[in-house]
Amino acid sequence: MVDSATAGRVLMDHDDVRRVVARLAHEVNDALRAAQRGPLGLDPSRLAIVGIRTGGAHLAHRLAEQLGIVMGRVPEVGVLDITLYRDDVLSGASMPTLKGTEIDFDVEGRPIVLVDDVLFTGRTIRAALDALLDVGRPSCVLLGVLVDRGLRELPIAASFVGRAVETTRDERVDVHLVEEGAASDQVVVRVARDRRRP
Amino acid sequence: MTRQQQVLSMPHLLGIEGMTRDDAVLILDTARSFVEVNSRQLKKVPALRGRLVALLFFENSTRTRLSFELAAKRLSADTLNFSASGSSVQKGETLSDTARNIEAMGPDLVVVRHEASGAPWHLSRVMSGAIANAGDGQHEHPTQALLDAFTLLSRWKRTAAEGLEGKTVCIVGDISRSRVARSNMLLLKLLGARVRVAGPATMLPAALADVYGVDVFDDVDDALFSGNGIDAVMMLRIQKERAARAVMGSDDDYALGYGLHRERFERLLGRHDDIVVMHPGPINRGVEIDAAVADSSSSVILEQTENGVAVRMAVLYLLAVGQARADVGSAE
Repeated sequence: MVDSATAGRVLMDHDDVRRVVARLAHEVNDALRAAQRGPLGLDPSRLAIVGIRTGGAHLAHRLAEQLGIVMGRVPEVGVLDITLYRDDVLSGASMPTLKGTEIDFDVEGRPIVLVDDVLFTGRTIRAALDALLDVGRPSCVLLGVLVDRGLRELPIAASFVGRAVETTRDERVDVHLVEEGAASDQVVVRVARDRRRP
Repeated sequence: MTRQQQVLSMPHLLGIEGMTRDDAVLILDTARSFVEVNSRQLKKVPALRGRLVALLFFENSTRTRLSFELAAKRLSADTLNFSASGSSVQKGETLSDTARNIEAMGPDLVVVRHEASGAPWHLSRVMSGAIANAGDGQHEHPTQALLDAFTLLSRWKRTAAEGLEGKTVCIVGDISRSRVARSNMLLLKLLGARVRVAGPATMLPAALADVYGVDVFDDVDDALFSGNGIDAVMMLRIQKERAARAVMGSDDDYALGYGLHRERFERLLGRHDDIVVMHPGPINRGVEIDAAVADSSSSVILEQTENGVAVRMAVLYLLAVGQARADVGSAE
C-alpha cells in the first residue's frame, strides 16, 4: 500500500518533519498567548488538538507532545474520521471505510487546533469543520498542516503551515510516517499517473 | 499492512446466506463507528444526503420499521414509507406492480419486510435500488442477526475480526418457523461460535444439524446445561400468529417446558454468572421469558434495540457505497 519513494522528489526528510512539528508547536503557543490578550480571550490551558485520520492523527499526537514541552502541559488529542462528511463519499472515488471518530473530551468552548498532513483543495478541511462542529461548539478552530501544496478549490487557509510548496494537479504529495510503518518519515512529491486511489 | 475490505461483496442484503466473513466483519466494524455517532448530542451525519430510502413494509412491524427509519434519517437520507394496511395491496395490487410504482419515485435503497419468503430477492430483480431484507416470511432477517452478533461482541469486548470463536450460543424456540433463528444460526456459525438450538420436537425441522452445523436438543435443559454449558441464550418469541396451537400447546405448558422461567434462569446463573440473555422482541412476558429475567442485568434486550439502529445505519451506508462503486465501474 505504501509506495516506494522512487521517481519522486523528497520534500522533507525525517529531521525536517521533526523540526517542523517542533516549530509549529512554538507557533501554536505564540498564537494562543497572543489571542489570550486579544478580543477572543482564549484560554490556552483549554487547548485541544484534533487530527484528521489517518496522517493528521499521527501528527496531532506529535504536535501535542511538542506542545507539552513548550507549554508544560500536553493538550488532549482527538481523532476525527471525516468519511461520512466528504462531498465525494458516494462518488465511488473516495475511501469509504469508517474507522470512527474518537474525541473523548468535550470540545465545547475550547480552542481547537485541527491538524492534517497535506492541505490541497480544501475539501477535506471543509468536511472536517462540519464533522468537528457536529461533535460540539469549540470557541475557535485553528488549522495546522505539515504541507500546503496549494491548488485550493474552496476559500480555506491554514493558520500554521509546516512547508508550503507549489505543485501541479498531476502530482501527488505522499506523507510517509513511521507510525504507519514507514522506515523513516518522508514527504515525497511525485507525478501520479492516475490521481484516483487504486 | 493488510488491505481491509472496503465494500460489500454483494449489491443487496438479502440474507446471511452467501455472505462472507469479511462482509460480516465490515458491517460490524462500520456499525461500531455509528454507535459513536449515536452517542453524540447531534446524532446525524450527512453521508446519505439527498438519497431516497423506501421502506416497504408489506407485513406489520413496528420496531424494525422504526429502527430502519431512524437509521435512514440519521444518515440524512429521505424516507418513503409504505405499509400494506390501507394500501393498494389490499385492493389487490401484485408485488411487482407495487414495486414498479415505488420504482417510479426513484429510491436508491429499498428496505423490504414481506410475509412471503423470497420477496426481497424478487424485488432485487425488478427494482434498480439496493435491497435490504427486513424480514421475509420464514426465510431470513439478516439485520436482526447482525445486531445480535454486534451485541454479543460488545458484551464480550471483542472486535468483529476476533469473532465469536470459543463461545457457545443457544437459540430456544420455534426454530422451524423463525427467520431470526435461521439468520442467527448462519451468522453465529460464520463468526466462529458454536450454536445449540432447542425447542419442542414439532418446532425443530429435520436435518438441522447437517444443514447448519448446529447441535440440536428437544430438551431445553440439556441444551442449556450439558457439556461445558453456554455463554449466551437467545429466547425466540413464540409466534402465536404463525404456530398452530397443536405444535406448541398452551402458553403455560410452553413456559414450563421451554421458557426461561426464574428457576431455570437461577440455575443458569449458578453455572455462568456472566450469562447473556437475548430476545429479538417483542417479548411475551411469562411465556418464553419470565418478566424478571427479561429485566435482569444479564439481559441485553434493550442494548439489542439500541445497537439495531447503528447496525442498520451501517447496512444502508455500505449498500449506498457499493452502489456508488458499481455506478463508477459501469461508467468506465
